[in-house]
Amino acid sequence: MTEPQLLETPDREPGGTSEPGVRKPQTVARTRRRGGDDRSAETPYLQVRDLTVTFPTADGPVRAVQGLSYTLSLGRTLAVVGESGSGKSVSSMAIMGLHDPSSTRITGSISVGGQEIVGMSPAQLRRHRGGTAAMIFQDPPSSLHPYFTVGDQIVEAYRAHHKVSKRVARDRAVDLLGRVGIPNPRRRLDDHPHQFSGGMRQRAMIAMALVNDPKLLIADEPTTALDVTVQAQILDLIMDLQQDFGSAVLFITHDLGVVAEIADDVLVMYGGRAVEHGRVEAILGRPQHPYTWGLLESIPAVSGEPTRLHPIPGLPPSLLALPTGCSFHPRCEFAGRLDGACTRELPDLISRAADTTRTSRCHLPDPEQVFQTEILPRLP
Amino acid sequence: MLIYLLRRIASAVSVIVVTLVASFGLFFVAPTDPAGVICGQRCTPERYADISASLNLDEPVVQQVGEYLKGLVAGRTYHSGGLTIDCDAPCLGYSYTLGQPVTKLIGQALPVTVSIVLGGAVVYLAVGILAGVVAARRRGTYLDRIMVGTSLGINAVPYFVLALLVALYATFLPHAGYHPLLENPLTWAVGLLAAWLTLGVANAAAYTRYARASMIETLGEDYIRTARAKGISERRVVYRHGLRAAVTPIATIFGLDLAFQLTGAIFTEAMFGLPGLGVLTLRAFNQYDLPVLMAGVLIGSVVLVAMNLLVDILYTILDPRVRLG
Ligand SMILES: Nc1ncnc2c1ncn2[C@@H]1O[C@H](COP(=O)(O)OP(=O)(O)O)[C@@H](O)[C@H]1O
Ligand code: SF4
Ligand SMILES: [Mg+2]
Repeated sequence: MTEPQLLETPDREPGGTSEPGVRKPQTVARTRRRGGDDRSAETPYLQVRDLTVTFPTADGPVRAVQGLSYTLSLGRTLAVVGESGSGKSVSSMAIMGLHDPSSTRITGSISVGGQEIVGMSPAQLRRHRGGTAAMIFQDPPSSLHPYFTVGDQIVEAYRAHHKVSKRVARDRAVDLLGRVGIPNPRRRLDDHPHQFSGGMRQRAMIAMALVNDPKLLIADEPTTALDVTVQAQILDLIMDLQQDFGSAVLFITHDLGVVAEIADDVLVMYGGRAVEHGRVEAILGRPQHPYTWGLLESIPAVSGEPTRLHPIPGLPPSLLALPTGCSFHPRCEFAGRLDGACTRELPDLISRAADTTRTSRCHLPDPEQVFQTEILPRLP
Repeated sequence: MLIYLLRRIASAVSVIVVTLVASFGLFFVAPTDPAGVICGQRCTPERYADISASLNLDEPVVQQVGEYLKGLVAGRTYHSGGLTIDCDAPCLGYSYTLGQPVTKLIGQALPVTVSIVLGGAVVYLAVGILAGVVAARRRGTYLDRIMVGTSLGINAVPYFVLALLVALYATFLPHAGYHPLLENPLTWAVGLLAAWLTLGVANAAAYTRYARASMIETLGEDYIRTARAKGISERRVVYRHGLRAAVTPIATIFGLDLAFQLTGAIFTEAMFGLPGLGVLTLRAFNQYDLPVLMAGVLIGSVVLVAMNLLVDILYTILDPRVRLG
């Protein structure tokens, strides 16, 4: 796959968002750089190649991720979208090396900063987890340990990777809590998570993830459990910190509104496979895959008018027995047009238009035209 | 917090007083001839008169209870065979069958029971929790199944059978007997070993299952995944993050078990010839020694109420989200 080329976007602001030295995460204006640096010459920091994750279960192997490949460079944000159960979390947990080796089969390759994660020894994995790569989880109330103070938990994360005294680690924790916008950080350090609001807990989670300066940050639906205002603040914070830390961000979400907000690139997953991949403008502006179209149709319009939601009909496929051919065919309104090809043959994830930076997995010969004439008029 | 505690203690005391009055009624008022019962089979008329006078059995019931309560806080006197016996506070009564103040009897028996129960608790908590954690981490494997199977098997055997088996077959164990801890800690421990083992094995089986279930639930929590994602060792994940949360529900079960065992260590005591509370109460029951029975009930209610209170306090220490008030 070729690394996407620099692409100017209308709202691009070369200078970044905040003045040097001034950090007010809560009030940062929601303008932002996108695709700021052209790093296509470098080797991408994260390279996932032909990743397959299988869970052997009593009912048979659950293929949660199949043949997944993508790359992500430092300073860039890749959004992974898809309905729940599409393999977003499972694939990112594999990057963190978080799957239990005794009950998970992982094949393919995951390279983070040149180091292969698949098959890594437990000791090396410990250095990787929280060190080179860190993860922010969805639901902060249950993702922080209820019995330990916020400070303890951040200190522990820092000391897992740095041989320093508790005092030094506490100072570091205070510093990080301040940076993620928690007022009075030294005092709040000794609070338990339940004494924090939802948004503050997520900030603390972010502070914990960033405490070791990881080059790869994975955020698994970090704003799903939060209300809209807080959600916007957290997104701003993540984008802001990404700029400061220059890290690569893998952002998992099922909210296309969030994708438009933060992503450079988008990967759409369905039934454990990538079905569409490319620059955010391309995927949201001119999507080629009927599943992506379905996702777009199911976003509620932002305006206040009562909106008609079009959820994609049907249910996500069973990972124990994926439909033959294109896994999306039982739910696809275009499956009938293609003479049975959809039920016979799995389409390849290949580039299907003049724009070679994008790929999709669908048999339709003229997806862009179908989108323009049939889908666009239906969108809210 | 302080107000809560005072309120809880006040309610605890009132529960105990109600139990006391109720059992007083049951033992001293309901029988047509309590003095005769207390006096026993070889009762002399003099002794009968002593008992009647000492317990104020001719007075109204309220006054009898009053005397009893007064004895608890200020002490009282008993008459027996022309002698006057001072029963110092807290006076729980006088056993005419044993010729001893009940407080003294209890004072001798209580340390025995407490030693058995606490020592046994150390055994079953350590073994049960450790085994439960191991089984939880290896959930679904043969080891796990063997451990759960063994634990269920042990619990299927009635406790007294288990105690009997240990007494009969574990002959390699030192001879059971009670020697006060303060005299010689070593002989104290050696004499109690068989009892600890019996109590320990029986309860470790149950605690293995409690700990396993609690640990499996905890290890599935999101914060455990977060802990793993930090890059700390798996042992730290399991024992610091996992066990810390998993023991909280076990503490509740433990508190109530402890209360139950303190009041019902009878089999263990009887089987190993240890002169504890259970044996004392059973003897009192057989000989209609009402003052001792009465004290047994009192101790039992104090233990139960105290354990409940203790569990609640422990809970707030274990789980910072729980606040008293
Ligand atoms: N440990 C596991 N054993 C069996 N199946 C699993 C396991 N973990 C996840 N799965 C399955 O893998 C699929 C993908 O899950 P996930 O990656 O969490 O989806 P999402 O895209 O919502 O994050 C789901 O159907 C889930 O049930
Ligand atoms: S391959 Fe066929 S079924 Fe699959 S998305 Fe394309 S048109 Fe629909
Ligand atoms: Mg998920």
